[in-house]
Amino acid sequence: MNLFTVSSSPHIKTRDTTSKIMLDVIIALIPAGLVSIWLHGVGVLWIVLLAVVSAVLTEYVVQKFMKKPVTISDLSAVVTGLLLAYNLPPGTPWWMVMVGSVIAIALVKQVFGGIGHNFMNPALAARAILLASWPAHMTRWIQPGTDAVTSATPLALANLADATGSATSGATVVMDLPSFQDVFMGNIPGTIGEVSSAALLLGAAYLLLRGVINWRIPITYMAATYVCTMIFGGVGFYDAFYQLFLGGLILGAFFMATDYSSSPVTPLGQVIMGFGCGILTAVIRIYGGYPEGVTYSILLMNVATPLIDKYTQPKIYGEVRKDD
Amino acid sequence: MLNKRSSFTGGIHPPYSKGLTKAKQIELCKVPELVTIPLQQNIGAPCQSLVKKGDKILLGQKIGQPRGYVSAPVHSSVSGSVKSIETADLPTGVRFPCVIIENDGSDTLDPSIKPGKLEDFSREELINIIMESGIVGMGGAAFPTHVKLSPPSDKTIDTVILNGSECEPYLTSDYRLMIEKPDDIIYGLKVIMKILDVSKAFIGIEDDKPDAIYAIEAASKDESGINVVKLHTKYPQGAEKQMIQVILGRQVPSGGLPMDVGTEVNNVGTAAAIAETVKTGKPLYQRIVTVSGGAVREPKNLMVRIGTSFKDVIDCCGGWIEEPVKVIAGGPMMGCAQHTLIVPVMKGTSGILLFTEKEAYEREPSNCIRCARCVEVCPIRLAPLYISAHSLKGNMEEAEKLNAMDCIECGSCSYICPASRPLLPSIMVAKKAIIADRKRQAEADQHRQNKR
Repeated sequence: MNLFTVSSSPHIKTRDTTSKIMLDVIIALIPAGLVSIWLHGVGVLWIVLLAVVSAVLTEYVVQKFMKKPVTISDLSAVVTGLLLAYNLPPGTPWWMVMVGSVIAIALVKQVFGGIGHNFMNPALAARAILLASWPAHMTRWIQPGTDAVTSATPLALANLADATGSATSGATVVMDLPSFQDVFMGNIPGTIGEVSSAALLLGAAYLLLRGVINWRIPITYMAATYVCTMIFGGVGFYDAFYQLFLGGLILGAFFMATDYSSSPVTPLGQVIMGFGCGILTAVIRIYGGYPEGVTYSILLMNVATPLIDKYTQPKIYGEVRKDD
Repeated sequence: MLNKRSSFTGGIHPPYSKGLTKAKQIELCKVPELVTIPLQQNIGAPCQSLVKKGDKILLGQKIGQPRGYVSAPVHSSVSGSVKSIETADLPTGVRFPCVIIENDGSDTLDPSIKPGKLEDFSREELINIIMESGIVGMGGAAFPTHVKLSPPSDKTIDTVILNGSECEPYLTSDYRLMIEKPDDIIYGLKVIMKILDVSKAFIGIEDDKPDAIYAIEAASKDESGINVVKLHTKYPQGAEKQMIQVILGRQVPSGGLPMDVGTEVNNVGTAAAIAETVKTGKPLYQRIVTVSGGAVREPKNLMVRIGTSFKDVIDCCGGWIEEPVKVIAGGPMMGCAQHTLIVPVMKGTSGILLFTEKEAYEREPSNCIRCARCVEVCPIRLAPLYISAHSLKGNMEEAEKLNAMDCIECGSCSYICPASRPLLPSIMVAKKAIIADRKRQAEADQHRQNKR
């Protein structure tokens, strides 16, 4: 007599897997990395590789130590390492890169149960900890092509301009603010992965097309930042638009705020996530002590995610009001 | 023809794999030496055997009498003699008493079976004919049709829907039926319309079946009030609730039935069975079964006598090219995996699928990555990841709060999950626990009342 496999329905499954999704994210991040290597030299490649290798190694060691199945083949640690490196300045010392990777994987991800269970974006949480611990290293920016000349980021300049009351097009700062073309292509100081909006948007388009992410979080995030920058910052249409391409906003909106584990699963929840991030980013940029608001706004919305999910469960098919 | 491109929310696009049998005309399956006819073939109460060992049996003779109203009698699918009445494995995964009949090969019809005409019967007589013929929903759920067609007097039915979407991959029995016997389907629909006293009906067919749409349109062009609706090809388009939402724009209330929103949905196969019964007087003793899957030597659409074992049906298709890893009764999305081929074809068996190792391949589940794809595809707009997580922790009250009971078990969430989470199985476990708990609660309440 024959024995057949018996299992519960359904008996067919999609070919998509966690590792294929992660591979898509890696592919989408490559253009921004290439631009960065081109702008800052091969040094950033070592930072990126170091971050990735230490992230994967940390995952392996922690899982071995915790006697859990090793899941490095799902590629999620590679994504975390990449994102962490993309959030560091090009001149970050090697030991800080490694500390960041260990924090991201061991402290933020594995301690809480591994993939899917981290309540904050691991790379961003690590960045925040590094920024608080070694602020000088984390804010040493390099003008592309000049190698050693430290410089302020355009976002810091723009905020300075806003704070001193003159518009970004004001006479005192117009000299220092780069052209839109430089900003868009990435020829500005900033972290390894955030500078080239063009390369990031190319990757984002790939993720949208592949269905890895949807429009809800990134688009509402960008829109809310745009509107709030105008309202709170008192800047015009063009200047608010210009500022969308500064700092880590595009990297954050498309690649970090969309992190599955730490963002809502409901459609309405995702829109709320986007709006919340956008408002917080504009508020921090304009009123906060740091010029950059993306990291903290995403982390703040990350911790609100369980609540958002709880209160945004969609109305189900044929829902009858409970008091009927 | 109406074009309804607008669709229900959610749903998936699995590979349809219908090419194996789409062009295969319905053939008669060889009638076996021995049939095993289960005394329960439908949702509802089981039947009591009307025969005993050694009895002479005629084709179409009633051999099982229902023990409740929500039930349907069963009939012999061959003429011959009763070999035994014994418990056997059923493709639904349970063991149940069956009447085992030795076929004498003569197919001598029960003389009480007489042809008739729709015009000659009153509504009550038609309902009685359907009930006595043991007709149940042929789409797979096997709910007794006479119950469906007898709504309580406080419900008004204004529209009838026939379901010709056949959204389950691999299956082509409804498709072939629509092409080969469209007149029977329309005839059966008219019986249903007469019984329910409605003048408006829709037949929903997915737009990947243009020849079926063409055949049904041709057969219904002279009928008033019957419209063919072209539906978007998407699983689970054929789910009753989704069908009603798309065609009528109405939503069946949670916990309610289609009759609560003035409609009844029947499968095209059920309509054809009704037509057959009204026209010839023959009860339901055979059905169309799609035999498909990569392991079958010659995939076919077969007209099979109820009680024929899966093994006999597969032999009729030349056996297999390679030993199947999985055998499924029904479609791949909602069907039931079998551990043996010695199970009988029942009234609800729409397909027999033999899967190769590649087709049956399943990955080990890994952590949920919260990608939200299950939320996006759920046609009821549930959050399968959360219901499943609660269920796996034994937290059934929380699962119930998240509307686990509204799950239609279409399996879209499990299909789409990149982490291969057991989403639907765990939700089904939660539903069973919730039903058991409600029953316990009701019994406890009853007990308390009695004490007073």
